[in-house]
Amino acid sequence: MAKVEGLLFALATVVLVAVATFYFTKPWLPPLHSDRGAIDTAIFWTLLVTGIVFIVTNLLLAWFSYRFADAPGARAAYWHDNPRLEWTWTLVTAAILAVFLFKALGLWAKVNAAAPDDALVVEVTGQQFAWNVRYAGKDGRLGRTDHTQASQENPIGLVKEDPASADDVLLLNQLYLPQGRPVRVQLRSMDVLHSFFLPHFRVKQDAVPGMNTHTWFTPTQTGDFEIACAEHCGLGHYRMRGQVHVVPAADFEARLAEAAQF
Amino acid sequence: MAHAEASHGEAHAAEGHAPQRFIWRYVFSKDHKVIGIQYYVTAMLMALVAGLLAMLIRVQLAWPEKDFPFLQKIVPAGYSSGFMNPEFYAMLFTMHGTIMVFFVLSTAPVSGFGNILIPLQVGARDMAFPFLNGLSFWTFLVGCVVILSSFFVAAGAAAAGWTSYPPLSALPSAVPGSNMGQTLWIVGMVFFIASFTMGGLNFVTTILNLRTKGLAMTRLPLTMWSMFLVAILGLLAFPALTAASLMLLFDRHLGTSFFLPAGLVLNNQPLVSAAGVPLHQGGSPLLWQHLFWFLGHPEVYILMLPALGFTSDILTTFCRKALFGYRAMVGAMLAIAGLSFVVWGHHMFLSGMSPYLGMAFAVGTILIAVPSAVKVFNWLATLWRSRIQYRTPMLWALGVVSLFISGGLSGVWLGQSAVDIQLHDTMFVVAHFHLIMAGAALFGVFGATAYWFPKMFGRLMNEPLGKAHFWLTFITYYGTFFPMHYVGITGQMRRIYDPYQYDFLKSLQPINQFITVSAILLGASQILFFVNFFWSAFKGKKAEENPWHANGLEWTTPSPPPHGNWPGAIPEVHRWPYEYSPPDTEADHVMQTDPPRPGEGH
Repeated sequence: MAKVEGLLFALATVVLVAVATFYFTKPWLPPLHSDRGAIDTAIFWTLLVTGIVFIVTNLLLAWFSYRFADAPGARAAYWHDNPRLEWTWTLVTAAILAVFLFKALGLWAKVNAAAPDDALVVEVTGQQFAWNVRYAGKDGRLGRTDHTQASQENPIGLVKEDPASADDVLLLNQLYLPQGRPVRVQLRSMDVLHSFFLPHFRVKQDAVPGMNTHTWFTPTQTGDFEIACAEHCGLGHYRMRGQVHVVPAADFEARLAEAAQF
Repeated sequence: MAHAEASHGEAHAAEGHAPQRFIWRYVFSKDHKVIGIQYYVTAMLMALVAGLLAMLIRVQLAWPEKDFPFLQKIVPAGYSSGFMNPEFYAMLFTMHGTIMVFFVLSTAPVSGFGNILIPLQVGARDMAFPFLNGLSFWTFLVGCVVILSSFFVAAGAAAAGWTSYPPLSALPSAVPGSNMGQTLWIVGMVFFIASFTMGGLNFVTTILNLRTKGLAMTRLPLTMWSMFLVAILGLLAFPALTAASLMLLFDRHLGTSFFLPAGLVLNNQPLVSAAGVPLHQGGSPLLWQHLFWFLGHPEVYILMLPALGFTSDILTTFCRKALFGYRAMVGAMLAIAGLSFVVWGHHMFLSGMSPYLGMAFAVGTILIAVPSAVKVFNWLATLWRSRIQYRTPMLWALGVVSLFISGGLSGVWLGQSAVDIQLHDTMFVVAHFHLIMAGAALFGVFGATAYWFPKMFGRLMNEPLGKAHFWLTFITYYGTFFPMHYVGITGQMRRIYDPYQYDFLKSLQPINQFITVSAILLGASQILFFVNFFWSAFKGKKAEENPWHANGLEWTTPSPPPHGNWPGAIPEVHRWPYEYSPPDTEADHVMQTDPPRPGEGH
């Protein structure tokens, strides 16, 4: 009976998880459409190493549970210290984790490095429950905003008297991006926390009222994708959904002008 | 002081000191065992509430468009049109998290088993401050009542998430639950923290000062080490949340701006006074996040460390084998407790906090995986060449080891800040913390319940029922939380009322339905526990003094222990609590109190 319970332990942990893995592996990361492939690579290596550790430790747990189940006349070993063994597994674990950490910090530094000078600047301002997208227009300067001027017609409080704001291009929940050109997204929020999430681009950054946050990346393929809000922002959080349209660089100005008509 | 007298004076008089009237003996009791059981039972009833909230969350995620007439009958306010209202959903996940983290998983293992076990395992007649102990329970109960009452106020309970991030939680009009519900949330938390602080002072003092003769710190069971560390973590970390909660209360009701910056516009209406002056200025939403997680991360270990302690005690008993690497186990707990104070920023990698700071927090986070791994290796080494007796507590202990592995490994994913960009705020995180924090704590509590039940009620829990409960829980727990990793990797965000609004999440509905079915089975399996608990407490098989043939001090007194804990003098300790199957004795264990053997150091 004891053996059966040990065996059940093995089956439950390893088989259940293995079957679940087999059954559910179809869903995975959404297809990648930006230059952030290094994040996918990091996920792959992490999956590989943690997956191996997961299987090995669970098999050991299962094997021990089965092998050392109580039997008549059995007696446990009296063995409770082995400094060499303990130091070995501590240092090996630390070494493996150090490699992960080193790689992860390098990648983090790369993702957070300053955007290239030729990056397209787009401002995205979150509000309950929409994304206000703004381009600088021909003068390359974003007009001033003042929250006291915000209204139904002017949700981000753009200051109309500022000459720089005259040619600003404003869109709601539609983000047009040229293929192959770095884009620097400057994030703001009017009200509560939001999080600008582009699942197909491996991009996520919180928008915080009273702060300017930003992130940059390069779209690599044309197509239409979704913008999601990843930070709980109220009862409409689930439908704070926008769209990214990555268009050929040559068509970008025309497509943007066309979109701004509406 | 009466207590100190009792521990040193004529011990057999202790029972005579017990209050005889029911109300003083079992209701407003100062006896640590009664208080512990009060805490425990209250926490389990709160778990019932929070668990039911989780069931509704899961039903919504599986079938967001489906009409549930019977649910409309039960909670008309949440299903006003037959479908669930989005604001009701926000309230569900907020209150599920709040109640589970604080009022269940901090309370049952720490306040519940801490109180029951500390005097019994260190050899004291009671806690150092019995009156403070009683007071802490009644303060906790006020917190529970306040939190539960918030379901019935206008606009419902808090709905800003269990993390209560401002401005959502600070602006009453930002979300329906941000009205009276949020204020009651804050008040409930302050009561909870006050109670936890009183408990913590008692824990630390009792463990440091009231250990019996011969019980050096280096001979403490790991459960005691975990209680000691948890109490210190609570005392150092919770004040940050007390301060933050009061500041949030001021922001909401007294017009301060700790967490609110200037320039807020709600519903296209600028938040300015009639004279055009901003209603708020100078505050920072990030300040709350720092203060919240300065508590929040040590809090995770407040939940988990006791479970790790229980697991070590239970594993050795049913392995009949000495704990492998006692020093390393204590060292790992110390390291985890220490590091838990320098990792809070990993909840904030994408919050707008400086990326340089993010790097520092990533280092601490990955570092904490080392002592965690050491614990797993030591448990595996304890199992090696042991003689496992499969009783219910042992199954739960093995379950903790399994969950600690599964949940710990996904921590290595999330700790890499760059990988976290994709996974942050997705169901992957939900999977991670339900396996490691919630799961380990819950399994630890179930294991401890079965193991120490004799000391709580003088009886044993029913074995077949206990085992059935374990297997159903173990399988459905994995069935619920393991597939959530895949859902999260695909990108499903947390706290989403209807994921299928998004094209990229539409394909996930079948998996979410699988998870929901599993979660409902998981919930239903808990009926077995409640039946077993109450039936065994009154009708279970009577337990002898030491039914598991374990070594600790708590097994040297009758089950249940009398008022004052030992009918006679408090026994003296001669060794560590893990002396199982030593080669020089015929018996397969030597109790802490057995006289020294020839050649054994004192």
